[in-house]
Amino acid sequence: MTDPEVARPRRTPLTAVHERLGATLTDFAGWLMPLRYGSEQAEHRAVRASAGLFDLSHMGEITVTGPDAADALDYALVGNLSALAVGRARYTMICAQDGGVLDDLIVYRLSAEEFLVVANAANTAAVHEALSQRAGRRSASAADRTADYALIALQGPRAAGILAPLTSTELTGVRYYTGQQAEIAGCAVLLARTGYTGEDGFELFTRPEDAERIWAALTEAGADSALIPAGLAARDTLRLEAGMPLYGNELGPDVTPFDAGLGRVVKFDKPGDFVGRAALAERAQAAPRRVLAGLAGQSRRVPRHGYQVLWDGKPCGNVTSGAPSPTLGMPIAMAYLDPDVARLAAGDAAGDRLAVDVRGTAEPAVLVPLPFYSRPA
Amino acid sequence: MTVPPGLRYTPEHEWVAIDGAVASVGITDHAQRALGDVVFVSLPALGAAVTAGEPCGEVESTKSVSDLYSPVDGEVTEVNEEVNDDPGLVNADPYGAGWLFRVQLTDADGELPPGLLSADGYAELTKDAE
Repeated sequence: MTDPEVARPRRTPLTAVHERLGATLTDFAGWLMPLRYGSEQAEHRAVRASAGLFDLSHMGEITVTGPDAADALDYALVGNLSALAVGRARYTMICAQDGGVLDDLIVYRLSAEEFLVVANAANTAAVHEALSQRAGRRSASAADRTADYALIALQGPRAAGILAPLTSTELTGVRYYTGQQAEIAGCAVLLARTGYTGEDGFELFTRPEDAERIWAALTEAGADSALIPAGLAARDTLRLEAGMPLYGNELGPDVTPFDAGLGRVVKFDKPGDFVGRAALAERAQAAPRRVLAGLAGQSRRVPRHGYQVLWDGKPCGNVTSGAPSPTLGMPIAMAYLDPDVARLAAGDAAGDRLAVDVRGTAEPAVLVPLPFYSRPA
Repeated sequence: MTVPPGLRYTPEHEWVAIDGAVASVGITDHAQRALGDVVFVSLPALGAAVTAGEPCGEVESTKSVSDLYSPVDGEVTEVNEEVNDDPGLVNADPYGAGWLFRVQLTDADGELPPGLLSADGYAELTKDAE
C-alpha cells in the first residue's frame, strides 16, 4: 500500500538512466538511488581493476559566498579554510559546540569569495542551516544549491584514461584534492580529483540538464576500458576497504573527530574562534575514550553495524561498519573499541581473545591496521 | 523475476520442491535479487530436525543477513556443499545449482504444512516489489 502522506523519494537527473539500466533502486536519505545494477561485487572489482561510474547527485551542494566567506567557514568548520588556495579542496568537518560531528564535508574553493561545501545527503539541510546561522553578521551567505547540480563520479585506475579524450583539460595538471572549471563532452563542469573509493578518480559537478549527456559520453568512452556503472552498495564496500568513515556509522553527534582518529582535521592554530573549539581542545589533550579500529573476521559470518565486540567474552566496543570484503575475500569491519583492549589486542599474538557477537555466537576476529586496502603506488 | 509453476513457496521467500517424501529447498529468484551477492550460506547440519516456519540457517549477502526458514517438517538428509564453495550459485541459479538442502518429510503421505503458497500466490505476494 502506498501512503499518500509519505513523501516519495527525490529523483536525480539520472534516475531515468538507472531505470533503463535495470538498476535496483533504493530510498537513500530521501533520494531514489541505484543500490546496484547487477552484482555489487563485480561493480566493486571494476572500480579496483578498471573503473566505475557513480551517480552521487544526492550529495548536498552548498555555496558560501561573499567577502567574508572564508572567515565564515573558519568559524563554522573545524578546518582552516581561509588558508585554502583557489582551486584546491579539503576534507573537513562541521561540529557542534560540544565537539560532536554534525557532518564530514569536502570544501572546494572556487574563487577568493566563493566556496562549494559538499555535505552528506541526510545532513544537507542541517549543514545549510548551521552555515547560515554561523555566518552571523558577516558578509557571507550560504545557499543550498543541491537541485542545481548533478554529481557524477568516475573512479578507478583507468578513470583518467577514459576522461582524457572527452576534455581539452590536461588531466595530469588536475591534482588530487583540486577542483577546476572544465569542459567535458562539450558541457561546462566543475572537475574535481576527489572520491570515496580509495582509487584515483574524478567527480564532475554538472548542470542537471547535462547529466545524461555526460553519463552517456563517459559510458561510451569507457566501453573499451571495462567501465561499468556502480551503485551505492559497491560504494560502501569500497570506502570501507579504504578505511574511510561514513556519517551515521563511524561519525555522528556523539563522536568527536579525535574519537574517529581524525583529530588532524581540527586546526587549533587558525585565526579566531570556531564552533566547538573549547570542547575539542579538551578532547585533544585527554586520553581517548575509545579508538576506531579495523577488524578482520576469522569466520565467514560478517560482523555488521551495531554488533558488540568482545574481549575474553566481555563487551569492549561496537562495530560501526562491516561487510564481506570483495578484495580481501574475508569479512572486515571498523569498530570503536575500549582503548585498553585495543592496545592489548594489538599485542595478542595468538589472536584468540577478540571476537564479535554475531547474533549470539562469538565469532573470532583479529585487529588489523586501517586502511584494509591501499591502492598500488 | 522467475517463479517456476511446479514449486511451492513460503512468505519468507523459500521455494520447496516435493518428490515423494523428500523436499528440496532453496531461496527464490525474488529473494536473491533483493539480497544482492550472496557471500555465505549457513546450512542446517545433516541429520538436523527442521520445523516448518522455524529458522534453520542464514543467508549472508554484501548488505545484509537473513534467516533461512524451513518450509517443511522433517530431517535434513542432504546439503548443497557446492554452495559452500561458491555461494554465488544462489544468485546465478536459485532454483537449480543454487538449491540449499533436502529434507526427509516427517509426514510420509506428503501432507504439506498449511501456509505454503502456489506459484501464483507467491507471484502475487511479491509483485509490488517488482
